[in-house]
Amino acid sequence: MTTIVLRGRKVVGGVAEGEALVTKERISGWGGIDPRTGTVIETRHELKGKSFSGKVLVFPGAKGSSGWSSQFHVARLAGAAPLAMVFNEMTTKIALGAVVTHAPSVTDLDQDPLEVIATGDWVRVDGDNGVVEVTKKAG
Amino acid sequence: MKLSAHEQAMLDGREGRAKQKAMDLLVRYGEALGAERLVDTNNVCGTVGASTPFLREYGARHGMDAVFSEFSLDSAEVVEIPRVSVYSSHLQQGLDPEHAALQGIPPEVVKVYRQGEAYTAKLGVQPLNTCAPYTVGNVPRKGEHCAWMESSAVIYINSVLGARTNAEGRESAGAAMLTGKIPYWGYHLDANRLGTHLVELEVDVESTADWGLLGYYVGEMAQDRVPVLAGVRHVPDLARLKHFGAAAASSGGVEMYHLAGITPEAATLEAAFGRNRPLERFRFGRAERKRAYDQVNSTARDSQVDFIMLGCPHYTLEQIGETCRLLEGKRVHENTSLWIFTPRATKQLADQKGYTKIITDAGGYLMSDTCSALGRVLPKGTKVAAVDSAKQAHYLPAIMGVQCWFGSTADCIDAAVTGRWSGGFK
Repeated sequence: MTTIVLRGRKVVGGVAEGEALVTKERISGWGGIDPRTGTVIETRHELKGKSFSGKVLVFPGAKGSSGWSSQFHVARLAGAAPLAMVFNEMTTKIALGAVVTHAPSVTDLDQDPLEVIATGDWVRVDGDNGVVEVTKKAG
Repeated sequence: MKLSAHEQAMLDGREGRAKQKAMDLLVRYGEALGAERLVDTNNVCGTVGASTPFLREYGARHGMDAVFSEFSLDSAEVVEIPRVSVYSSHLQQGLDPEHAALQGIPPEVVKVYRQGEAYTAKLGVQPLNTCAPYTVGNVPRKGEHCAWMESSAVIYINSVLGARTNAEGRESAGAAMLTGKIPYWGYHLDANRLGTHLVELEVDVESTADWGLLGYYVGEMAQDRVPVLAGVRHVPDLARLKHFGAAAASSGGVEMYHLAGITPEAATLEAAFGRNRPLERFRFGRAERKRAYDQVNSTARDSQVDFIMLGCPHYTLEQIGETCRLLEGKRVHENTSLWIFTPRATKQLADQKGYTKIITDAGGYLMSDTCSALGRVLPKGTKVAAVDSAKQAHYLPAIMGVQCWFGSTADCIDAAVTGRWSGGFK
């Protein structure tokens, strides 16, 4: 089994691990997800109908409404938030969203997480140290 | 992050528990961003009410200080919320209390809304209750550091007014209301306001709907960068800029753009880019316009229309007047509803001007405070909607599971009167 280590910068501290859900498309918060289930609802999104609840969400970044943080905030209170977040593009939406989700989060990685990580890989996110460990799914 | 003595004092709790929680959030948020410091602001637009479904349940159970603590300060501990320290305005809400029954809102929810309104007033937050505060008197000056939520308002005040804000969220806006501070990052800094992408217009863009399509295209292409548009032949007015920005902020995450020779930080094309070179160049021609049109209309199939929704972002008085000219002397079809949304202050002017009567006489409604996507309010049984806003066409089907046509205001009024969609790509 291959393990790959990516190093980056802390956004939110803490450690969490779980299965990855990866998308190359930015995610909208308000109007893009159903915060009660963690399901992506955006009409033309490649993850439409899939839930990030209990997953390590790996994505380029946030887009859309400034209700981004409050939607992820509600998702946390509804028990539907991602376990951790790994992303590339820093914006106020995602910074605040990650902070209020209380999910370990890392950005500015030395390899592109969208290339290295695939949906279903096992990912451990160490927010405090900015380290992401990826165990590739067998097969 | 470096804090001033005053900021440190607030963080240490010397100005009370609420400001301490607010500073704690701002520091966590600022460090997540990688900001070096905070900046003073005296103009905050945010949301503190509990009018959307999840929040009003929370508010009914735990009270309004608990709503502010959790949803505006990210504090599970309930702290007593003092009056705001700086000029603060409330954005759009989750319902229109004057049309609650029609919107399917039960009386007990209106009661919660009224409690929230009283709470907001007690805190000293101005009840503008609109996504377009800049149409009802909150017009920040060029260079003013602001902390605004609402992507369509953020892009407007950055680009059209030259004010400086990032797209804040409910929590950072709440913390800014109490402290007068916000991270000094992103669009507060000169360098980040310069253009990054060039969009050359090959077709004339004139109507409000066309500006919406252009915005939708620009958002898709530029995502969250700073597009500069060249070749604008018809200088857009407030309503066109409002629809353009709202669309660009929906399909992408654009918070700042320049129109060369038109907007305040783009006296020339060169000035808009400054020391930047365009990372990419795009052309907006007939094919791009058609693609944007098809994307905005991607959910629409059935030509029988149940619901026409206008006022995203909230209509100006001039747009209400235009609608009245299209509607006067006609009747809304018996199988169709027409709802038009505007700020409460503008509604009062529309009442005074006689616009509200024209709309009501035709069988439509002029509503305030909310919109269909934000409040999740639709006429009962709506399956097919029609709008003149690319932003609403983007969000409404995703949020409410309805089909949605996009076209001009005239297409929408025609559908309201005939009950059928006859618009199309022109």
